[in-house]
Parts: sequence; structure tokens; C-alpha cells
Amino acid sequence: MQKSFLLYFLISIVGLFFIGRLFQLQIVKGIDFDPVHNAAVKIDYDYPERGYVYDRNGRLLVANQLSYDVMVQPNQVKSLDTLELCKLLKIDKEDFINRFKKAENYATYLPSVFLKQLAKDDFAFLQEKLHKFNGFYIQKRVIRDYPMNAAANVLGYIGEVNEEKARTNNDYEQGELEGKEGVEREYENILRGRKGKKYYNRNRFNKVTGSYKNGQMDTLPESGKDLTLTIDIELQMYAQQLMNGKRGGIVAIEPSTGEILALVTSPSYDPNMLVGRDRSKNSIILMDPKNPEKPTYDRALLAAYPPGSPFKMMNALVALQENAINTETSFRCYGGYRYGGKATDFMRCHCGIYDSPIALKTAIARSCNSYFSNTYKKIIEKKRKASESLDIWNKHVTSFGLGSYLGYDLPSGSPGLIPDGAYYDSRYKYRWSASTTISNAIGQGEILTTPIQLANFTAAIANKGFFYTPHIVKKIARKPINNPNYTIKKQTTIRTEYFEPLIEAMHEVFKSGTGRWSQVKGIEICGKTGTSENFIRINGYKQQLPDHSILVAFAPKENPKIALAVFVENGGYGATIAAPITSLMIEKYLNGYISEENKLRETNMLNLSLQDIYNYYRPKNREVASRKE
Amino acid sequence: MRQEKNNIFAGIDWILVFFYLILVGFGWLNILAASQSEESINVLDFNTKYGKQLLWILFCFPIIILILFFNSKFYERFASVFYLIAILSLILIFPLGKEINGARAWYNFGSMSLQPAEFVKALTALAIAKLLSDRQYNLSLVKNQIKAFTIIFLPAILIVLQPDPGSALIYLAFFLVLNREGLTLNYIIFGVASITIFILTIFLGTYTMFVWLFSIITIIVLYLIYKGGKRLLRFSWHKILITYVGLGLFIYGTGFVYENVFKQHHRDRFEVLLGLKVDNKDIGYNSYQSELTISSGGFTGKGFLNGDITKGDFVPEQHTDYIFSTVGEEWGFLGSSLVIILFMLMIARIIYLSETHANKFGRIYGYGVASILFFHVTVNIGMVIGLLPTVGIPLPFFSYGGSSLWGFTILLFIFIRLDAHKTYDW
Repeated sequence: MQKSFLLYFLISIVGLFFIGRLFQLQIVKGIDFDPVHNAAVKIDYDYPERGYVYDRNGRLLVANQLSYDVMVQPNQVKSLDTLELCKLLKIDKEDFINRFKKAENYATYLPSVFLKQLAKDDFAFLQEKLHKFNGFYIQKRVIRDYPMNAAANVLGYIGEVNEEKARTNNDYEQGELEGKEGVEREYENILRGRKGKKYYNRNRFNKVTGSYKNGQMDTLPESGKDLTLTIDIELQMYAQQLMNGKRGGIVAIEPSTGEILALVTSPSYDPNMLVGRDRSKNSIILMDPKNPEKPTYDRALLAAYPPGSPFKMMNALVALQENAINTETSFRCYGGYRYGGKATDFMRCHCGIYDSPIALKTAIARSCNSYFSNTYKKIIEKKRKASESLDIWNKHVTSFGLGSYLGYDLPSGSPGLIPDGAYYDSRYKYRWSASTTISNAIGQGEILTTPIQLANFTAAIANKGFFYTPHIVKKIARKPINNPNYTIKKQTTIRTEYFEPLIEAMHEVFKSGTGRWSQVKGIEICGKTGTSENFIRINGYKQQLPDHSILVAFAPKENPKIALAVFVENGGYGATIAAPITSLMIEKYLNGYISEENKLRETNMLNLSLQDIYNYYRPKNREVASRKE
Repeated sequence: MRQEKNNIFAGIDWILVFFYLILVGFGWLNILAASQSEESINVLDFNTKYGKQLLWILFCFPIIILILFFNSKFYERFASVFYLIAILSLILIFPLGKEINGARAWYNFGSMSLQPAEFVKALTALAIAKLLSDRQYNLSLVKNQIKAFTIIFLPAILIVLQPDPGSALIYLAFFLVLNREGLTLNYIIFGVASITIFILTIFLGTYTMFVWLFSIITIIVLYLIYKGGKRLLRFSWHKILITYVGLGLFIYGTGFVYENVFKQHHRDRFEVLLGLKVDNKDIGYNSYQSELTISSGGFTGKGFLNGDITKGDFVPEQHTDYIFSTVGEEWGFLGSSLVIILFMLMIARIIYLSETHANKFGRIYGYGVASILFFHVTVNIGMVIGLLPTVGIPLPFFSYGGSSLWGFTILLFIFIRLDAHKTYDW
């Protein structure tokens, strides 16, 4: 072989490869190859209006307003009178240079936002002068407007896309807005619509020389679709007022559809705080992780609390289903339940019926701890191994959606915790029994649930054994949703007949039991109070805090219209705070007004503040104290 | 020995000169298109890029005449001196040079600057030719190989230190020369294999690569064992083991180097090229715009001075490293293919002429010229049409810049001088 063969060979191969590639580029792809990223084609965006959001009764919750941003494309900026421009924009020179550098760092050949959300008067003035400054121009943008100060946690907010997304996602350019939380985020694609694009040819002086390909590729903007929420804004606002000065969450669901009527977290914030020029200032305050009020933390979805007594109903249902008890089974209460040999192994009970055995109905009405400890023991000792029984128990409990994310259409959530056999096997090294986990009997111990899970649980009871996955959107573009996840009922593993005695018992709660002080004339409320113990660590010591006040209820008894769960942090007994709030909400929702006789209850609840308790138990953290100054 | 004629143009290969003039002239037209900023064109305006380039092109002629003026023996005799001067110029750049775009690669003379690396290529080719043409020299000896590698890599390392790794890459071209002169092909095969494995590892991920490569090798080994025979006996176990361990280390090393030694922008370039990352706006911008520009030319192109993307100044560095995209846009598939064919024919012509040299020096130098041109053209056009990663080196004779133009002119015309003289070497 000739010694020059290798080089000749390489030359031919490379030449052929290159010409092949040119063929691919110039003839196969040709002139029409991706005009979108072609720098000689200028794209003008026509931003559509973002969809509006209404409540279930058609009241406007989220609308739009106009805002004007000054944009800059650094590679088109020619020599300019910086001083004059600074004066026009009302910023100083240093700020100007910083902003310009930032834009240059992003990309010199792409537009970026120079100054956000001008005041309207500035805009009119600027528009006349800005043509003198090459590379600067004004971009009209649509921002949100909230006519009602309510439901910030549900609606969420919109904010600028991050740089990474602007760079990699073709739907967004830098400085554009997207939903960041709540409905805005979950339904971003529907609310956003599609921006219109107009393609122009431009020459090197950035002058538009005409429409690109006679406008064949231009698209019209497609408006965002409107959303109708399942929220009843009257109820939502009323609940928010009732929660004034208290921390916690309320979730109200329509049992027959799974629609969320109210989703309240307290404290919350005015959604208008995250719009406009003060947005960044406000968001720092709201999202400060050291702020103990955590106004952006949605307690209704995220806060996992021990459910307390309402969970007794769950145990009753499991016990009935598994034949561990029947409705007539009675246990004696000795003022408490002894679950171990030591003097301290005693769970006290406040039911007050120490003279005769108690059956299911009374046990629920009076929330007897002993009764449910016995019941739980029977469930767990049903099988030879405790973990097997607990797995069965777990199967029933999780069929109500407890211990999972539920699958509702909001972007945040917490699964809570429903333990199973494996959980205790690893925790106690296989040495555990019903007594070890006896706290589960009364909804304490390891069990954690969020308000929305508990509300859904209540709705399942109201429906006698099934539920619809809770959801927040009722209609998209005025057409009812048809997502099967929300329109097909989910069956629990408990048979319908076992719900009857339970509902009777819950009815008894408001007639003669722990909820009797919160009755509403003419409305048959079924519910269950709860009081959950909780602890925090302060400076390393475990300290008990005042109990959380809890209530779950639905009404009316026949054909239930509303099921809800109320959590008030550190509110004490369920009967003292959660019960009146529940009954007020039910009355408001079903009757539309609060009757005269209940006005006092309303005033009491509106004025009640737990702020002193929160302040007293606040972790003493010097840094927080000094930052508040 | 015949008497040499006094006419300095005697014996010159006019075909090469013709190629040279065509490429330089066509290159200038494209620089004009890429750098024309005002509506009117004034070629004698030396403030413009095209005006300056014209000036440098005109300066090439005295340089050419000077080169042709010297006897070819002069280049052979003084090759070592030239090489020393070259190395010195690369060393002195660190205290005396001027920093442009983060690389200390330029000497500043008043209003113009020279980039010595562009000239060192030719001088290194002379030095290699001188070394290899020695009758006593035998490239199969490791000692001699090391000598050759030193001559090649010394300037390369100095250029990497500037830092201008792109220009240093070109010195790999000399392996083609060494191969022609008897260096075993193993070095090149080994190098190509390493690069292939490196890229595949990045593309497929360390783990997948491991599984694939090892299963392939295992199958081959098992097949060889199954076949048996005498030849297999040469396949000793420790060789197999070393192959396994070596490959394993290399693949893991690749992962490690890629993650820890490479900077993010290097990784980004690789990933964009390999299609692991889609990015038309940011780092992929240069290549993507350049591909777009070329595509928009279509079959016949938009015509001279009518390339609107070129006019719009959208491809960065279009008059230097990305000049070929202008050709693509304004002259279309026809024009750009023709340029590639011209380059390849020119290189082939140089190889052909080299093989006719009886004098080893001339032949080896010719191979050096051909290899350098080949590397430059491949790396540059490969980058512009999006087949190779972004490496900032100029397209010979085309790209804007005095140093590069003069460097390539000197490189080529020394060869033409040597070639013109070959008939007297009998």
C-alpha cells in the first residue's frame, strides 16, 4: 500500500462527510429550517390575557391589570446619554450599570427586563422619549388583580420564570410570568393561553424590513381559559374571619361531589401583596422562614397533626368491619384504661360514665378513651401476630385516603402518617403489641393527618362508605371538568351498613355529647370533637403545648351538603373553639345567615385570639427577636 | 548538478499558486460581506475589516517574493535556528505579550498585533522535516520517537499555556507526518480509540459503557478461546486482564475527568454537540446560529452581499472563525461544496507533489503542510457546520486576520519554494 494512502483517504472521507452535512443543512432542511431561533427574524409577542378565576357562584376572584416593563437588548444599545435615561427611569447611575450588567450577563442578543412594573404616569412620559435610546423599549405585560382579599393559599400567585426555565423551555422568555403556587401553578397551562407571535424580517440595524414570509407563520394569541373554582368565597371569607387570631386550617367539602367549598389556612395574607412594585419587598416578609406565623404555609394541606378523637370513628368502623365488636358490645370505663403493669401505664378518660358498661353510640358521643382502647386491642389481637392485624387495620384506614397525598388538584400536600406492621416491626424490633401502640386507639401516637384528609374522611362517612377525590376546580372555560379522577367515586373497604350506627352516634355528639353547646336550631349536625396533644422541643427539652382543638362534622344528617374538618392549633378542647366555628360555618353555608340566638357565639369566635398563647410558647430565638427591629 | 536559474519563479507549481489566489480572493469577498457595516463600500478604507484584510493580502506579495528569493537549501540548513526563534517567540510572549480575550497570544506593534503561534506552525514543520530527513534517523526507535514528540509538543505546550488550546490542538497533525515516515499506526489508533471511548462514555454514561464494552470484549475473548488454535496462545491471560483493568480505569477516569477537571462551559459544549442538552439560546447559540445561517443559503445561496443573516451580524465571530457560514449563506450548497472541494484538492496536490520529491526534507515538510491545512480545515468547518465542538481556530486563507493569513502564506510558499527546487536535487 502506498504510504500516502492514509492522508488521501482521510481527505476524501472528511470532504464527503462535510458535503453530506451541507446537503443535509442546505437542501434537506433548507431555508425553512427553524425560523423561530433565527436571529434575522424578529418575533413580536402578543400576550394573551391570563384566564380569570371565579368562585362556584360566579364571583370574580382573580382578574388582570396592565403593567409596563422597560426592556433592554444589550447588543443593540448604542452610545447613549446615560444621565438622561437615568433621570427618565428615576434610578441612579450605579443602579443603571448594575441592571445593565445583569442583562448583559444573561445574554447580549436577547431582551431582558430592565425595570419592572412602571407606574402609569411614568409610562406615558417614557414612551415619548424612549425611542431615542436604541435597544430600550417598553413591554406591556398583564399582571394579576385580586378584587377580594381572600383565599390567597388556594389561588396562589404568579411570578417570573426562573432563568433556567426561560432558557430551556420554548414557551417562556425571560421576564415572563408563570403560576408559582396554588391554582395558578396547577392550572398554568390552561390559564396561560398561548401567546401570539408575529415574525418580521429585520436587517442588521434592527429595523424591521417587512413581514416574514408574508405572515404565513404568524399566530394569533389564544386567551387563557377561565376557571371556576369549587370554592364558595362567602364561606371562605367567613371562615377566614372566624380564624382571625388563631392558627390552623379548615377544609369544607361537599360530600356528594368532592368539591372543596372552603380551604382555609390561618394566618394568611392579602393576595394583592404579591402584585406590583412592592412584590419583592412583601415576598421577603411573607416567605421569611423565621417568621413563626408562616403565612404562605398552607396548613389546610400541609400541616400534619395528630387527629385525636375523630380517629376513634375510624377504629370503630374497622372493628365493625372486622367483627371485632358489634354495635352492642360494651366495655366498662374505670375512669381510664390500664395498658401496662406500671403505675404510669394508665390512659385517663373524661367520659364521666364510670358506673355502667358503655356501648358504641355513647362511647362516641362522650368520646370514651377506654372503650376505644379495648376496641383497638380487639382489632390488633384478632390475628396471631400484631403486625398482620395492623396491616389489615392499615388497609382499611388508607382506603379513606388517609396517609396519602389524596390526589387533589393543588400543588402542595403532605401524606401524613398511618403506620403499618412493618413500621412498628422496625421501630420496636418485632417486640410490640396492641398495648405498645395503644395511642392509635384515640388518634394520638404516630398517626398524623392533614385537615383536608380528615375532611375527606368525614365526607366518606357522610356518604356512608365512598368519596370523590377532593378538588378545587369545578369548570374549565365554563365547562364542567371531566377528569375521571374527580368524577368517579372511590369506595372504601367498610360496608355501608356499619356507617349507620356511627352516624347516629355522631348525631348524638351534637345532641347530648361533647358538641351539645354548639347546636344550631333546625340543622341536624353530625360531628365528633377532638383534642390532640402535641409537643415541641424548646432548647432541647420536650415540652407539652396546649392541645389542638379539632372537630369534624357534616350536615344535615340526611342528604349531607357539607362535611368539614377544623383544626385550631393550641385551641384547647375541641368543644370550646373548633365546635362553635364548625357550627357557625354550617349555619352560614346552609342558611346563608347567622340567626339572632347564635350572634353571641359569632362575636365570641370573631374576637377570640390565641395570640398570647402563641407568643408565650414561641421558641425564644435571639436572632428572630433582633430581626424584628 | 544543473545550474540553478536566477529566475525565482522558475519551476513553481502554478496550480498551487492558483488555488492559493482563488481561496484568498474568495475569502476576502466573504470577509467583505461579513464585515460590511455601512451601506456603501469603500475597499480602501483601512478602518474597516475588509480594508485591513486587503492591506494584509497585498503585504503577502512581498513576503512571497522574499520566500522565493532564498535558495531551498537555506530553509533546510537553518531549520533548527528558525525553530529556536519560534520557541523563543512563544516564551517571550509571557513577559512581553498582550492579552486579548483572556489569552496572552499577541505581540503588539503600534496599531497592529501579531500572533506568533500562527508562524510557529510552519517553523515546527521545518524542524520536524530536518529531524526526520537525517539518514541516521530511524523512527522505530523509542529514543527517536521521543525526540520527534519533543519538537512537536514543546510549542504546543507553550501555546496551551497562553492559553489557546485550540491552536495547540493543530500540532496533533504532525502525527500524520510521523506516520508517513514510519511511525507505527498504533499511536493514532490508540488516540482515536481513546477519544471514541471518551465521547461514548459521556454520551452513554459510565455504567452503560462498562456493561457494553465489557460484554463485547468478553464475547471476543470467549470466541477466541472457543476457536482455539495456535494463534490464541499468544493471547496470554495477563494481557486480557490488563485490557480489562485498563479499560475500566479509562472509563472511570473519563467520568472523573469530565466531572471534576472539565469546567462547566466545556461540559456544556460537549453536551450540546452530542444532543444531550438542547440549547438554542445560550451556549449552543453560536453553533446553532451558524447552522441556521448556512441552511438559509439553500442550493444556490442568496447571492453576494445579500446574506441577510450575515448582514444582521447574528453569528458571532463571523468574519474570523465562522467565515464559512457566510459562504454557506451567500453562495449556497454549490459555493460551500466548491470551497470544500478546493481545499481538499489543494491538500491532495500538496501530498502528490511531496511524493515526487527525491529529497526527504522536502517531502516531509510537504506532508507537514498538508497535515496542518487538513487539520485546520477539518476542525474549523466541522465546527461551523455543527459536526465538531467549538474550537476557535481560523479557516486557512479565508479567515480575517493578518497573522493567520501570513502564517499560512509562509507555510505554503516555503513548500512551493522547496518544490520548485526539487528538480535540482538529483
